[in-house]
Amino acid sequence: MPVVERAGLKVWQRRERNKQLAIWFGWLCGTALFVYCWQVVSDATTWAFFWDAPRIAGDIGGRMVPPRWSYVTRIGQPLWDTINIATLGTAVAIVMAVPVAFLAASNTTPNKAIVRPIALLIIVSSRSINSLIWALLLVSIIGPGVLAGTVAIALRSIGFCAKLLYEAIEEIDHNQVEAIAATGAGRSQIIAYGIVPQILPAFAGISVFRWDINIRESTVLGLVGAGGIGLQLQGSLNTLAWPQVSIILMAILLAVLFSEWVSAKVRHAII
Amino acid sequence: MLGVGAAVYLVAAINGLEVNWLRVYEGLDRGWAFVLAFTEPDFVSRWTDISEGLVESLIMTVTSTVIGIAISVPIGLGAARNVAPLPVYLLCRAIIALSRSFQEIIIAIFFVAIFGFGPLAGVLTLSFATIGFLSKLLAEDIEALDRSQAEAVRSTGARWLQLMNYGVQPQVMPRLIGLSLYRLDINFRESAVVGLVGAGGIGATLNTAFDRYEFDTAAAILLSIIGIVMIAEYSSGLIRARVQ
Repeated sequence: MPVVERAGLKVWQRRERNKQLAIWFGWLCGTALFVYCWQVVSDATTWAFFWDAPRIAGDIGGRMVPPRWSYVTRIGQPLWDTINIATLGTAVAIVMAVPVAFLAASNTTPNKAIVRPIALLIIVSSRSINSLIWALLLVSIIGPGVLAGTVAIALRSIGFCAKLLYEAIEEIDHNQVEAIAATGAGRSQIIAYGIVPQILPAFAGISVFRWDINIRESTVLGLVGAGGIGLQLQGSLNTLAWPQVSIILMAILLAVLFSEWVSAKVRHAII
Repeated sequence: MLGVGAAVYLVAAINGLEVNWLRVYEGLDRGWAFVLAFTEPDFVSRWTDISEGLVESLIMTVTSTVIGIAISVPIGLGAARNVAPLPVYLLCRAIIALSRSFQEIIIAIFFVAIFGFGPLAGVLTLSFATIGFLSKLLAEDIEALDRSQAEAVRSTGARWLQLMNYGVQPQVMPRLIGLSLYRLDINFRESAVVGLVGAGGIGATLNTAFDRYEFDTAAAILLSIIGIVMIAEYSSGLIRARVQ
């Protein structure tokens, strides 16, 4: 109990003195770091633009209304492409994530020294790089279009799905696996009857969760040329067609709401 | 029935892909060149650009996370139905929904148009995105807190602020720290992207490298990003293990 004597009285304190000082020092360092970072950002900013911002924002807002409703007919196809990018990308990612997850989970990996680190590296690389950057890369490799977007979404999602899946595999109930093993089952039989039934609900949940995220992400892939509604957004922004931008933003909002609704329904059905 | 529907959709979707296989075939060489570039990334020839971009990304990450947390906490409190009155609750939920609906990059485009090029637009974008993430999860945590503790504090005659300080804060603090660290991670990753539209950070350098087909430089940048993310994940894991 941290108690100090002050003028003959015992005074209770929440923490030991050194610990209190360490915490205070931590706050000092954190604040100093933040102030320094803010200074750098501030130096790189033209503050005249910042103070002008409300006017510009009002100007842009004014140009965005009324929306050009006739444009709605032209975004059906891009929206369909966007949903396809997300769905196909998620499907491909799941197919590839399953083996990676089994190689990465410490209780199913065939080799802890070599195979597991490689699987973990695949997961980290895939997760660290945003799907837009994957798209940028793929557009310069296989050309602009829906395929680049689909592959970008797939590459980004492998790491996400595999990480959540291998964590689910590591948390399974071992008694069931042991029971299957005790019947003389082989390796693949243990996986099929001992592990797969346990992770199936998590698997379905992860897929839908990622699909929901992918719908959001695929709406912007077009900004770097990888197909979908983002292409329309890019085109409208470049030609300063703000009434079209507002239509596209509404379409994106609808797509996001739709995907949230679907994933909520599916998750409700699973759980 | 579901299987048939899925099959029909799959055929329709794949038909809609319109792949230019010739272009893909031509691109394979470049793809291979990119893979090879990872074996010998070129950190040297554009080192000043890379290091400046990375430092700017890190600075944006720190600034935006701090600002984001500072704004998220009150909004998170307001978005928890058990501690906030209905009008405040609706307002805060609306802010969260707005922030979550649009990708960072779309927000960044608008902020660049409004605030001008540079890291400030990126910082504001990431702060805004942090609000949607952190406030929502914080609000859910507050709504799920143990009522008896809050009740006990309230029965001592505590005012609202005291209730928050002694009844709510201790319960949600570990999770708030964990989420903040996680968001720090995400903000770094996103800071690499907002540069594509001129909001500062390593993204601009990366975009230039891809445009000039300098795959060895691009590989160096990507490896740096992966390295920093790995360090961040590892250290945030350590800190989270200590506070939880």
